[in-house]
Order: sequence, then structure tokens, then C-alpha cells
Amino acid sequence: MGKTLAEKMLSEKSGQDACAGGIVIARVDVAAFQDGTGPLGVRQLQKMHLEKLRAPKAILFIDHAAPSPRKELSNDHMLLREFSRKSGAILSDIGEGVIHQRLVESYVKPGDVVIGADSHTCTSGALGAFATGMGSTDVAIGMAMGRTWFKVPETFRVEVKGDFTPGVGSKDLILYLIGLLGADGATYKALEFGGPAIEKMSMESRFVLANMAVEAGAKTGLIASDRITKEYLRSRGRTKDWRALAPDKDAEYERVIEIDARKLVPQVAFPHTVDNTRNISKALGIKVDQVFLGTCTNGRIEDLKIAAQIIRGKQRAPGTRLVVVPASRDVFLSAMKSGLLDVFVRAGGIVLGPGCGPCVGVHQGILGDGEVCLSTANRNFRGRMGNPEGLVYLASPATAAYSAIKGEISDPRDVYAKKRRRGRVMKPRRKKK
Amino acid sequence: MVLKGKAWKFGDSISTDLICPGRYFHLRSNLPELAKHVLEDADAQFAAQMARGDFVVAGGNFGLGSSREHAPTIIKLAGVSAVLAKSFARIFYRNAINVGLPLVECDTDLIEQGDELTVDLAAGTVQDFTKKIELKSHSLPRAMLNILNDGGLLAHIEKHGDFKLD
Ligand code: SF4
Repeated sequence: MGKTLAEKMLSEKSGQDACAGGIVIARVDVAAFQDGTGPLGVRQLQKMHLEKLRAPKAILFIDHAAPSPRKELSNDHMLLREFSRKSGAILSDIGEGVIHQRLVESYVKPGDVVIGADSHTCTSGALGAFATGMGSTDVAIGMAMGRTWFKVPETFRVEVKGDFTPGVGSKDLILYLIGLLGADGATYKALEFGGPAIEKMSMESRFVLANMAVEAGAKTGLIASDRITKEYLRSRGRTKDWRALAPDKDAEYERVIEIDARKLVPQVAFPHTVDNTRNISKALGIKVDQVFLGTCTNGRIEDLKIAAQIIRGKQRAPGTRLVVVPASRDVFLSAMKSGLLDVFVRAGGIVLGPGCGPCVGVHQGILGDGEVCLSTANRNFRGRMGNPEGLVYLASPATAAYSAIKGEISDPRDVYAKKRRRGRVMKPRRKKK
Repeated sequence: MVLKGKAWKFGDSISTDLICPGRYFHLRSNLPELAKHVLEDADAQFAAQMARGDFVVAGGNFGLGSSREHAPTIIKLAGVSAVLAKSFARIFYRNAINVGLPLVECDTDLIEQGDELTVDLAAGTVQDFTKKIELKSHSLPRAMLNILNDGGLLAHIEKHGDFKLD
């Protein structure tokens, strides 16, 4: 019988015939901590005297509180830096960026098994890696032993066809899907994305899909490794890391979900759950106090480009703050070089250093009581942005950018419709022959 | 193992942000202090008023969200003897077993705040003395039962030197 992507990868790494429902012990290629989960993991390793790390890539990311806003966190950071010196684990210190963005940029390759003490570790699945989030102790043990156990997940195949309308993109697709499945609709499953629309989709947009798989409860989000994956790795100077990887044609799926991208409209997730998604028409006019553009979901260069296109030459609405956080140093540099940061700052926004920024409510943009934030992140749980009285709405970079200049949630398709209209006026009419 | 205590009732979709709020991020290396805020954003009275041995009883998808192991850890540290819910989010489930916090998957609809419960983990039964009913729980997968019985993942690895799942 044919195998899904998840079954293929876990078979290869476990040396067993991995079939959905079974339990395997698989080799771990990449094991990662961040500064919120790392200190506990490191202490577990120290307790067990397991400082020899067998995972080929053991990496510590300081990104959630980067730079540290409090002495307690500074001390946690010291612990991680010292552990890196002693154990040889790679350190990705403040300024380098968010764990998941750094993992895909520099460390993960197709076919890898990746475990990270962060739920959005599934992001790397877009490269055709089996990547999943676990807790500190699981990752500590996996990092030290170079192996861990998995229940092989059943797979939901998400088949997407058709072209997206301008102003609609992968964030709208994944929000729509989560609304459809519910926050626990894919618990324990792998979501495998494919079909003509995914085959054409940029790597950056694919990361958004895999990133948010966990918001439907999934263990991972997977996409075949193809020529777009190859092109992405080449652009990162990592051509050698590429290999093709695809599910078998006769793979068995627990469920197949078909989506026509042409029919999608911009989506907004209302507080306080990610599956509380609605078409943008239901959100129009909601006043926004803060727009947050960034995170491991939508803090990449493609996202900043889309937002800058909409904001260029305009001002943020009075009363609406605009906080922009590039997901990594490379994103920051490239946005700087291409003048995108200029656009945000001139529009009255603030650009912060690479990292998680206000996403998890540690620092840099905590909401006031009753304030509304429209965020490009992946979560809107009560208290997520540091205040249980704050209201977080989730949307795409295009929706966020357009709403920042309007001061209320607004439909980005309007921008593109206007552009088209204007375009038509500018172009001289072609005479019929 | 038979556990006894009172029920503290919560709703559906109790996220790790509600169990272990992000604004206490700086307390993650100070677990006893962090435990004082357990479930604070879901029920502000819970941490102060619960007694050791009590149960957290919730609806569906308990523990969704972040991978922070601090969430099950502080539930356990606060003295909760087990969490009963209709279903659990995946990472939370694995974390709870790893830190030795028993989870009971059962239909919790009939249980109310303050009910007197006993939970028999081995038999997979929950007695509600207030309602005079007995509920059946789903049993843990074998691999996880082995880890829980050893006292969590560290103890499991220490004991066997490797994963010993079947
Ligand atoms: S950006 Fe947000 S969701 Fe992503 S790793 Fe950081 S805190 Fe988590």
C-alpha cells in the first residue's frame, strides 16, 4: 500500500514500516529549544547528566524575549548561553530571529525529523520534513539520545486548486481551513497540503500553511519537496540540501478536503480562538488600536512586501499603532535594503528587531484593557498578548496593512480593485483591428 | 492508584495561555511561584482556593496551544491529582504524561463544580459521589502508560536506559 509523506519519512528514519496508528522510534536530525522552554529542558539534561548531545543539530534559540525585558529572563538566557558553550549546541542569540524562521532558513532539509520545544515547529514541514512540537522534557531526551518515539499520524489531505483572488492568500486559506476543521478537528493528524494551487505557491506562503497546522490540533503540516523547495534552498545557498520527496499516488488518507482558492475571501479570526474565523465582511469596520505585522507565521519578506505595497506613501490612521517585526535578521536586512522598512517608518509605524516581538505577551506591544489588535500571528487566545482584557483578531498581512491605514478592519481586495481600475484608465485603449 | 478530591469545573478549549499566562513568562524558572498563577485567566480563585488532591474537570480540547510543559507541571505542582476532560490537545497530553500528571479522558458533562470524586486510574473509572454516578474513561495507550507508571519520561529513561514502550 502507498505511503503518505508522514509514513514515508517516519519509515526512513525509524527503519520500521511506519503505518498510521503504529508507534515508532525514529532518529532525530534537528532538536531545538527556545528561551521559554529551553531553561527547563536544559535543567532536565543537567539533572540526567546528559550533556553529550547525539542529535546532529541541537539548537538553542533566544527569540521570545529578545532582548530581555527582565532580569529573570536575562538569567535564563545566561543559562542557555552557558549550556551552548559546554555542550556544543548551536546558539542562535538575540537578533538572529524567530526559531521557526531560522530553522527553515538555515537548518532543516527535506526528509529530516525535527523536534522543537515550541508548538509551531510544524512550520518546517513545508520543506518536506517531519517536524513537530513537543515539550521540554521530550525535546531534551530527543536531543540527548538523537532519537524519540512517535505515534505515526493518520493524514488529512488538503487538496487546493484554482488561483487566489488578488488580496487573498495562504493566510486566508489556512484560517478558512481551521474554521472548517475546528481547533481540535485534526488532533493527532498530519495535514498534507497539495494540489495545483500548492504546487504553484511560493515557499514563503507554504510556510504559513504548515505553521498553523497545529491550530487545528495537528501534529504537523506537510508539503512535498519539489522544484519550489529546491529553488528556495538554492536561494539560501543550500542547493545540496535538497531532495525530492512526495507521497505515493496510492497513499491512504483518513480524509480528503478539497478547497477552491478562487472562492476564498479574506478571513479574520475573532477573539479568543483561532477557529472563530469569519469572512471579512463580518469584521468590516471594527476599530483597531494596534496592527502587528510579524511572527513566524507572517513576518517574512513576502509578507512585508505585500504590506509595504499597500502602505507606501500613506500614513497609519490616527489612533492605530503599527508594529512591524521582521522574523529574522535576513528578513530585516533584505527589508532594509529594498526600502520596505522606510515605508513602515514613514507611515508612522515602528520597526522592532527580529524576534517574536509582542506575539506571546512578554514585551513590545502589550495591549491595554479592551484594546483591539489586528495581528498576522497564529494565535488569539485570551491573554495571548499579555493582557486577558485585550482582544486579538488574526488576519493576513494584506488585511493588516490595509486596516492600519484605515484604522478599522478593511478588505484588502479593495486596494487591488482600485489598482486595476486605475491601471485601465492609464493604459491607452487598444484599437480593434 | 485511587485518587480522591473535589471537582473544579472549567469549560471547553482551556488553552495553555489560560493555564500558564504569557505575562508570567519571567517566572518560568521559578515554578513554585508560577504555580500560584495556575489557570488564573480561566478562574482567578482557583489557585488560592483549591485543596491538594482536587481535580481539574474540563470540556473538550484541554491544553490546546503552546508546547510549554510548564502548563501541566504547574497543575501538578499546585497539587491537582488529575485532569479530567472530554479530550486533550496533543502536545499537552504528551507533556502531562512526561511530567507524571495523570489525565483522564471521559464524558465530563455531568460532573459539576464541587462534586466529590474518586478516580481509579488502573480501572479507568470515575465515581461522582455527589451525583452517585460512575463514568468510564478511555485508557491510555500502552506506550504512555509505561511512561506514566515509571513516574514520567526522565524516570523512564533512567530506569531502562532507553525507550521501553511495549
Ligand atoms: S513568533 Fe509567536 S508563535 Fe512564533 S515562535 Fe514566536 S511566540 Fe511562538
